[in-house]
Amino acid sequence: MTIPMEYGLWLAAILFCIGLAGVLVRRDVIFMLMSVEVMLNAAGLAFIVGGAARGSADGQVMFIFILAMAAAEVSVGLALIIQLYQTFKTLDADSAGGLNG
Amino acid sequence: MNILFYLAAGIAIITTLRMITGTNAVHSLLYLIVSLLSVSVIFFLSGAPFIAALEVIIYAGAIMVLFVFVIMMLNTGRDGVRKEHELLKASTWVGPGITSAILFGEMLYMLLTPSFHPMNRPGIPPAAVGALLFSRYILIVELAAFLLAAGIIGAYHLGRIEKRSHHRYLKKEEAAL
Amino acid sequence: MKEFLWLIVALPFAGSLLLALAGKHLPRLASAMIGVGSVALSAILVVLVGLDFLHENPAGVPFHQTLWQWINVSGFSPGIAFQLDSVSLTFIFVITFVGALIHLYSAPFMWKEEGFARFFSCMNLFVGFMLLLVLADNFLLLYLGWEGVGLCSYLLIGFWYKDPANGHAARKAFTVTRVGDTAMVIGLFILFTNYHTLNIRDILHAAPHTWAPGSRIAITTAFLLLGGAIGKSAQVPLQTWLPDAMAAPSPVSALIHAATMVTAGVYLIARTHVLFELAPIAQNGVAVIGAITLIVAGMAAIYQHDIKKVLAYSTISQIGYMFLALGVGAWSAALFHFMIHAFFKSLLFLGAGSVIAVLHDEHNMYKMGGLWKKMPVVFWTFLVGACALSALPLITAGFYSKDEIIWQAYASEKGSITLWLTGLAGAFITALYTFRMVFLTFFGQAKAEPSYRPGLGMTLPLVVLAFLSFAGGFIQLPDNMGHVTLFSHFIEQVLPAAPTPGTATTHAAAISATTATGATATYTAASGHAAEWIAQSIAAALSIAGLVLAYRLYYNKPFPAAEPIRGPIQQFFFKGWNFDALYDKVIVQPIVFLSRIDKNDIIDQFYTSLASIAGWFNKRLASTQNGKLRWYAMALAIGTVITLTILLCT
Repeated sequence: MTIPMEYGLWLAAILFCIGLAGVLVRRDVIFMLMSVEVMLNAAGLAFIVGGAARGSADGQVMFIFILAMAAAEVSVGLALIIQLYQTFKTLDADSAGGLNG
Repeated sequence: MNILFYLAAGIAIITTLRMITGTNAVHSLLYLIVSLLSVSVIFFLSGAPFIAALEVIIYAGAIMVLFVFVIMMLNTGRDGVRKEHELLKASTWVGPGITSAILFGEMLYMLLTPSFHPMNRPGIPPAAVGALLFSRYILIVELAAFLLAAGIIGAYHLGRIEKRSHHRYLKKEEAAL
Repeated sequence: MKEFLWLIVALPFAGSLLLALAGKHLPRLASAMIGVGSVALSAILVVLVGLDFLHENPAGVPFHQTLWQWINVSGFSPGIAFQLDSVSLTFIFVITFVGALIHLYSAPFMWKEEGFARFFSCMNLFVGFMLLLVLADNFLLLYLGWEGVGLCSYLLIGFWYKDPANGHAARKAFTVTRVGDTAMVIGLFILFTNYHTLNIRDILHAAPHTWAPGSRIAITTAFLLLGGAIGKSAQVPLQTWLPDAMAAPSPVSALIHAATMVTAGVYLIARTHVLFELAPIAQNGVAVIGAITLIVAGMAAIYQHDIKKVLAYSTISQIGYMFLALGVGAWSAALFHFMIHAFFKSLLFLGAGSVIAVLHDEHNMYKMGGLWKKMPVVFWTFLVGACALSALPLITAGFYSKDEIIWQAYASEKGSITLWLTGLAGAFITALYTFRMVFLTFFGQAKAEPSYRPGLGMTLPLVVLAFLSFAGGFIQLPDNMGHVTLFSHFIEQVLPAAPTPGTATTHAAAISATTATGATATYTAASGHAAEWIAQSIAAALSIAGLVLAYRLYYNKPFPAAEPIRGPIQQFFFKGWNFDALYDKVIVQPIVFLSRIDKNDIIDQFYTSLASIAGWFNKRLASTQNGKLRWYAMALAIGTVITLTILLCT
């Protein structure tokens, strides 16, 4: 008995939405960044599951690219967090509202 | 095998939920790592052992270690936890919760097509992935390399902690003070 | 050598540009060298070019130099072109020579001021524009110079811009002269629509053949040009800006508001003399305006206590004399008085500037006194200038120049007894206020101690100008005393001789006089020497009477140092005949009132409401940009939801 691909996609959707809720709710930038990681990972899961169902390697290739992108994003994001903390002495994303119009 | 999938999926969902509701950053991070590990189990089950290994090594390993370093560096400690408690009120969940729920419903609706694709077909060997990467996707590999290089340089530049001056024109005045 | 004519104009412009661009980084000495040097080089060039001009053609054929074509639009093609004849040579000589002396004086005078380079940049720019004005061979270029000197006047009156009163004075000068400039521009439009060119020579040649003497169009044009001239030359009724312009540093007052720019109106009328001869009413108007102005300004000068304002009103009054001369057709007398006036008035302004500077910016004459022993050089040169201004007989240049005007006001065909009497009254008033100023400033009790003695850079120009104010008169003597006509002979190469009764001065004759060489002044022959002797004696007696009256009233009298108490009549004259209040009541307040009523009419409301709607939307949209990261993420999420919904529903 095999698991249908849709189950995997459902899981990806659930994880993605949880990650989204995390980004929207949390004010601490570290938590926001982690939630973004969850969302990226969910997207990667959808690629893998889809690729597996089709029997092609493209899904896995895409996951590797997502991985590379996530690595770059995290490094820059964390550096920004350090700067934010240096400037405002807090990790609250709302405190860095200097761009209000 | 199937039970393994449901188990991993359940753990992934629960730990991710704990992660976004947690107040202690380190605890949340650990939950996130567990979530990533369980997702890697699903990768393994869907015939992608190489990707499962990458997930463990790079995601759960390298990237999460970066988070740990940063959390240690900032060292917000108990203060941060208390602050997070104050910020996480039930009312803040309403808007994002509804938005995410609607999004999830719509995704589910799209996936509810009456088709059936077995997921765990015979696995795709890493060699195939490698062959594809360096043939059809070679350009994107190069671009990813650029991106990583830019990420390194950007992280180095942004992460540097120097004497703050708000504006380059004010540097002189600040130095005089 | 004549080919270097363009360089005379270009040098001050180059100096100005250099100072404006690099002035901040140059040391003061370099700024002063550039500022003074460019004008001094121009002055030397003027002498060389002038000698060449005189040597090569004694007949005085105008020399033209076209640099390049400026505009070319359907047949209208004014060039950047210069015309050198005896009139413009006289003007450029005075501008560059007096200008160079004043620049030299300015260097030590302004040494400690902020914006030293800016000062010289503006001064050089002014000299450049003024040279452009008098050398231009077409009205468009002339108008460029005309507005350019107005701009420089604005910049320099407001030089100490940190005091709002100075900025106000600068704006006032700019606005009031603008009234005259508008009239002048309309006059130029009329000329252009009639002649399809703005070339001065062509228009002056064509005018007598196309316009009948006394025709309406000629009169209108002449009056409109006169409007421009009275605005620039501060004649009644547009004279109110000049007393306020004394907010400028003293060298500026000397250069712009006494010696050169304010005489641009005189130049314009002299240059377009053909048009004025075609419109006898307008020319008569010039004389009447000059006569009224010289009395109005003279009376106001008697009651001033600010030394520079006395000189300002006296400038207005003296230009009134020049207008009087222009109006009676005594062209060379007007230009002769212009030249002599430039010498002695810049001398007086520079002397007054020295006094003001050493007394720590004290303008009130009642707080000066007894300075003649402490500042001998300034005193003696100032005294020479004052004598020239009050036209003390026989020894001063002012006597010869002013006497000729007064005599012509009577003897000329266009003159009359009334104009002559006005001129005589003016002579008396001039002597009175001039020596009131001298007695109050240099004699009597010393009320303030000079802080330093002016150096050589400041006294040298005074001495040179004093010499010119004394000796300049001897190049033109009335024919009952030696009959030297160097100047009028020179001017009459371009401008006709003064018309005398008895000689048939038709316009054809006037035109032929412009070209005829050696048109010697024959006017006096008809009137006889006896009448001239009597007239000169009366004028001389009146100026000495003015001196004596001033001596009796003001010499060594114990005046309180504070502001004198003034009766209503004195107050009236002190305020310059209350012209400012009158204009405020008659022009400014009604316009302000009307604009206030008109502010909320329906068209304005339409546009205001458009603006407020835009403002309302701006506020709503701006509030979405609150700088909160989560808000933006939420917007992204909702956008995704909406997009997905649309995709699913279709």
